[in-house]
Amino acid sequence: MNEKPDMRIKIGSLEMKNPVTVASGTFGYGPEYADLVDLDRLGAITVKGICTEPHVGNSTPRTFETSGGMLNAIGLPGPGAQGFIKKYLPFFENYRVPLIVNIWGKTVEDYSRVAEIFNDQARISALEVNVSCPNVKEGGALYGTDVNLFRTVVDAVRIKTQKPLIIKLAPNVADIKVFARAAEECGADAVSIMNSYPAMAIDIETRKTQLANRTGGLSGPAIKPIAIKLVWEAAKVIKIPIIGMGGIYSPEDALEFIIAGASAVAVGTASFTDPSTVVRVIEGMEKWMAARKISSVAELKGTVQA
Amino acid sequence: MTQETTTVIEHRLFQGDYRLLKLSAPAVGPLVQPGQFVHLRVPRLADAVLRRPFSVFKADAAGLSILYKSVGKGTAALTTVTEGEEINLIGPLGTGFPMIGKNTKTPVLVAGGYGNAALYLQAAKLPVKGIAFFGGRSAIDILCVDEFKTLGWDVRVTTDDGSLGQKGFVTAALDLWLAEQKNLQALELFACGPNAMLKAVGDRAIQNSLTAWLSMDRNMACGVGACLTCVIKRKTAAGWEWARCCKDGPVFEAREILWDE
Repeated sequence: MNEKPDMRIKIGSLEMKNPVTVASGTFGYGPEYADLVDLDRLGAITVKGICTEPHVGNSTPRTFETSGGMLNAIGLPGPGAQGFIKKYLPFFENYRVPLIVNIWGKTVEDYSRVAEIFNDQARISALEVNVSCPNVKEGGALYGTDVNLFRTVVDAVRIKTQKPLIIKLAPNVADIKVFARAAEECGADAVSIMNSYPAMAIDIETRKTQLANRTGGLSGPAIKPIAIKLVWEAAKVIKIPIIGMGGIYSPEDALEFIIAGASAVAVGTASFTDPSTVVRVIEGMEKWMAARKISSVAELKGTVQA
Repeated sequence: MTQETTTVIEHRLFQGDYRLLKLSAPAVGPLVQPGQFVHLRVPRLADAVLRRPFSVFKADAAGLSILYKSVGKGTAALTTVTEGEEINLIGPLGTGFPMIGKNTKTPVLVAGGYGNAALYLQAAKLPVKGIAFFGGRSAIDILCVDEFKTLGWDVRVTTDDGSLGQKGFVTAALDLWLAEQKNLQALELFACGPNAMLKAVGDRAIQNSLTAWLSMDRNMACGVGACLTCVIKRKTAAGWEWARCCKDGPVFEAREILWDE
């Protein structure tokens, strides 16, 4: 019998017992999947993006299935920071799983304020900053594609929180290395790569776009090779950990991200397809590594051959 | 809610293009309440990332059945499943039909096409049987009349082409019947069907100060309340909010719904 591999990883001061979380927006605020998934099995739970005030989000249709993926333009509806604290945070008192809260804003002040509000919440283990939502007109993707604005946001959030800080990068930039490096220089503890890819679909009969927002973000297996390439590029230039995501449906997919240079991974759209995916990924990674006598995730990380 | 790998125990043409799919589902079957749905992972739909939601037609301790017809890629693939094959499902999902109010003497079912499948469990469970209005395009689209009659319901049929029952829309038959009723407050409506029909039923209920429970159908992704795809506008004191068809619904009371024009 092989010894169990060491699955633990660290993101700043956040210790995860395994390197697997869920992608923000695909797992609600946590309670939605509690009947179907043993939440404490996860390395961390990442909840849907929250801004300071309640937000209504986009009109419908908000999602559209495509070959090997789906488009979404939900538009970040949510209860706001205080709403989240009141309505959802108490639920996690019954769980030990670390909680990563995704935050977003329309202005730099919004980002700063929401980071400040959550900094006082002991149950929140880390913040993930969404600078790359493709579906919100103000802010969102703009902060993720202009490196000066990007630095302004990361600086503004960093100064307001002592919690581990993760920056979720936009995939649609000329050079991901520039943003990965900027996040590291501004004091981020990790980067998430990648957000969904801006995309579009049209109904040829009505000639209307399939989403009310017209464009949306593509996720699912269709984007995995894009994400692998971006993780591989970023890993060459930064020392802080990368959380790799984009179309992870199996343990093998997750391992591919680790080998490309990610320290951790997130399961996204696959939770819609099969809520048991995230636990299956954790168990399968462990088994695969044990069978090959790989002692830790750290040992496997970034071992892609030239 | 739970996730279960079920086995197909029966799959056949039911009437016209409509098919009956019966699944052995000992975990989910006994939990199903009237108006709830299940989320199926359709086999041989490998490039599709999403499950497909189906109203439950019948359910018991051993399993459940659904009535469907091929209307798209997902249901087309579903027609190929065979007896003995496994289908993964999540269920039961959503908030279904409530029990009738204590002042209700005559429950009224209104269905368009195979929407009445979603009303069957409610029809069976209600302690008082009332009147059921079933409408459809043609005779072939009117299902299960005898089954509802066997449960003790007075079934009235309308078809657009007059091939069965009265010619015209189901709401026209409902209107005529409502006009004859002396004690409207003894009525309570339960409806499932196309959007236009649901809105028409809801409008009539509101005009007559009746309670009407409408089973809403929207495209869904997660089915469990996480992704916020299947939202409809629900009235609030301040205006409206998004409500999730998969979790807060699919059944909503007519006065709650803010219809998009």
